[in-house]
Amino acid sequence: MGQELQESIVLAKMPKSLSGKEFTYCPGCHHGIVHRIIAELIDEFQLREKTVLVAPVGCSVFAYEFFDVDGTVAAHGRALAVATGMKRARPDMFIITYQGDGDLAAIGTAETIHAANRGERVTTIFINNAVYGMTGGQMAPTTLLGMKTTTSPYGRTPEREGYPIHIMEIMKALPGVAYAERVKVSKPQDIPKAKMAIKKAFYAQLLDVGFGIVEVLSTCPTNWGMDPVEAQRWLEENMTKEFPLGVYVDKVTEVMKEKGVK
Amino acid sequence: MGEKIMVKGTEAIGEAAIRAGCRVYFGYPITPQSELTEYMARRMPQVGGVFLQAESEVATVNMMYGASSVGARVMTSTSSPGFSLMQEGISYMACARLPGVFVDVVRGGPGLGDIQPSQGDYFQIVKGGGHGDYRLPVFSPSSLQEAVELTIHAFDVADKYRTPVVIFADGMMGQMMEPVEFPDPIDPSTLPSKDDWALTGAKGRKARYVTSFDIDPYKLEKMNLVLQETYKEIEKNEQKWEEFMTDDIEVLFVAHGTVGRIVKSAVKLARQKGIKAGLFRPISLYPFPYKRLSELAEKVDIVMTVEMSSGQMLEDVRLAVEGKAETPFYGRLAGVVPTPGEILEALMKELRR
Ligand SMILES: Cc1ncc(C[n+]2csc(CCOP(=O)(O)OP(=O)(O)O)c2C)c(N)n1
Ligand code: SF4
Ligand SMILES: [Mg+2]
Repeated sequence: MGQELQESIVLAKMPKSLSGKEFTYCPGCHHGIVHRIIAELIDEFQLREKTVLVAPVGCSVFAYEFFDVDGTVAAHGRALAVATGMKRARPDMFIITYQGDGDLAAIGTAETIHAANRGERVTTIFINNAVYGMTGGQMAPTTLLGMKTTTSPYGRTPEREGYPIHIMEIMKALPGVAYAERVKVSKPQDIPKAKMAIKKAFYAQLLDVGFGIVEVLSTCPTNWGMDPVEAQRWLEENMTKEFPLGVYVDKVTEVMKEKGVK
Repeated sequence: MGEKIMVKGTEAIGEAAIRAGCRVYFGYPITPQSELTEYMARRMPQVGGVFLQAESEVATVNMMYGASSVGARVMTSTSSPGFSLMQEGISYMACARLPGVFVDVVRGGPGLGDIQPSQGDYFQIVKGGGHGDYRLPVFSPSSLQEAVELTIHAFDVADKYRTPVVIFADGMMGQMMEPVEFPDPIDPSTLPSKDDWALTGAKGRKARYVTSFDIDPYKLEKMNLVLQETYKEIEKNEQKWEEFMTDDIEVLFVAHGTVGRIVKSAVKLARQKGIKAGLFRPISLYPFPYKRLSELAEKVDIVMTVEMSSGQMLEDVRLAVEGKAETPFYGRLAGVVPTPGEILEALMKELRR
């Protein structure tokens, strides 16, 4: 009993790779959950001393302050070009980009596709919350059809705004991609799955297989105009339909087996 | 120093960068500088360096941001439209205090323009084409030997002040062939360490970041003031210029880069006609050598600026001259290169006024 208690205390500890600075995210926002998963993995892999985190312009622009690793903020959309520059110059370092949907799938689409296609040995965490959070809830490339945002006030239509973009499906077409999975973190049982996905995306880089990316379907209660609980439900009911969860590319598991990595 | 080798301008700059210890190059093809990109593609693997053709100049500058932030000596080369695309990233690099060398082989514009030599991007390069209160040291060579020396110097200036630096070349520079003497290569491992600021991993120290961002205006103002202090130092230490036949001047030309070279011929032609002309050739366009030009302006009635533009450096010349002399201008646009005869004629017209 005593031992069990001790263990549970250890599990609840703040990951070393988080700085301890209080998150500035809104209640019910998933950015914070994903930060924690990443930090736990950096700790588990003992990568803190060789990690550089490239934060985006978006709500997670302060990510570099929340993590206790070296970091920078890329220009809006350019995180994967910045990461490419870092990894090419210092292949021994561990490079993570953390990007929103506007950042990765609108303004930065070219950098995303080409870094992925070159198989850059970097790991990308892609937060798809279907809106531009930071700038106040404008339409994102991933905004669902019918969804109202401040710049699609009558609801997104295919005729006017086009369709939501599916990044994981695009990743499937790029030979440089070693791991691509779409996950969610809205329920407790999602967390281990999301963590495993990000772990594989880490391995894509660590085992020199190729580019690793994990898309996390995320909430933005503030700009969706919902309370946190409603937002979770809305994500479950709508986003998972448009953006099917699952593994889209996995060249990592096989290499892990070959190399005897668990 | 070794023997003199005949090289093409683009290759001279590329080889100079390698000898300066640059081991990371990103670029995107654009005439009239693609040979430099191609040269780096051949050379970098031979010296264990990194060459990567980016998907655009936007990606290029951000790759430079990344490589520089982890401590690499990094370079790119481009031409006017490509340099336009890099502006946001250059502004980020300037604020984040990231060194890097940009070679802009300027061509005729605006728009797609043409692929002939031009100086029409002076405002963009020298006055800052990106957003915010930043400056970039800019060097304008007029010969290949000077291009080699300035390229190497550019890396040192970039590292010393932690700033992007631009080599302002033009298509003529890029395409000409000249004998050049290269200095001995620098072993990159002997370069001054950047461990006090670069993102090398939080090992044995606190985590750190390089950024151009602070939401608090007072803190951002502090970052800005550090930049401004740096620029003061640069203005104090990094002015460069050449004076040609200025001992006994009656009239003074001001021209930079390859135009400076053409104007030297015009100076000689003028002297054959008994006109005591001389040339002031700014080599550092920022910091512009205002003080020395101001001193020279006191000796003459006419300070004539010649550019391959509509008169952009002219504004700096006028700031230096401060009304102490007439400041006429002669320029050709869009990639047309002025001849010494033309320039002399323009001067004669002024003298007849
Ligand atoms: C070049 C440029 N254009 C526009 C912006 C303004 N901007 C900042 S964040 C952002 C969108 C962020 O949305 P997303 O990437 O989805 O991140 P989120 O805030 O939703 O996490 C925009 C348009 C900018 N900073 N830079
Ligand atoms: S605005 Fe949206 S994405 Fe940004 S912190 Fe708030 S909930 Fe999260
Ligand atoms: Mg978003």
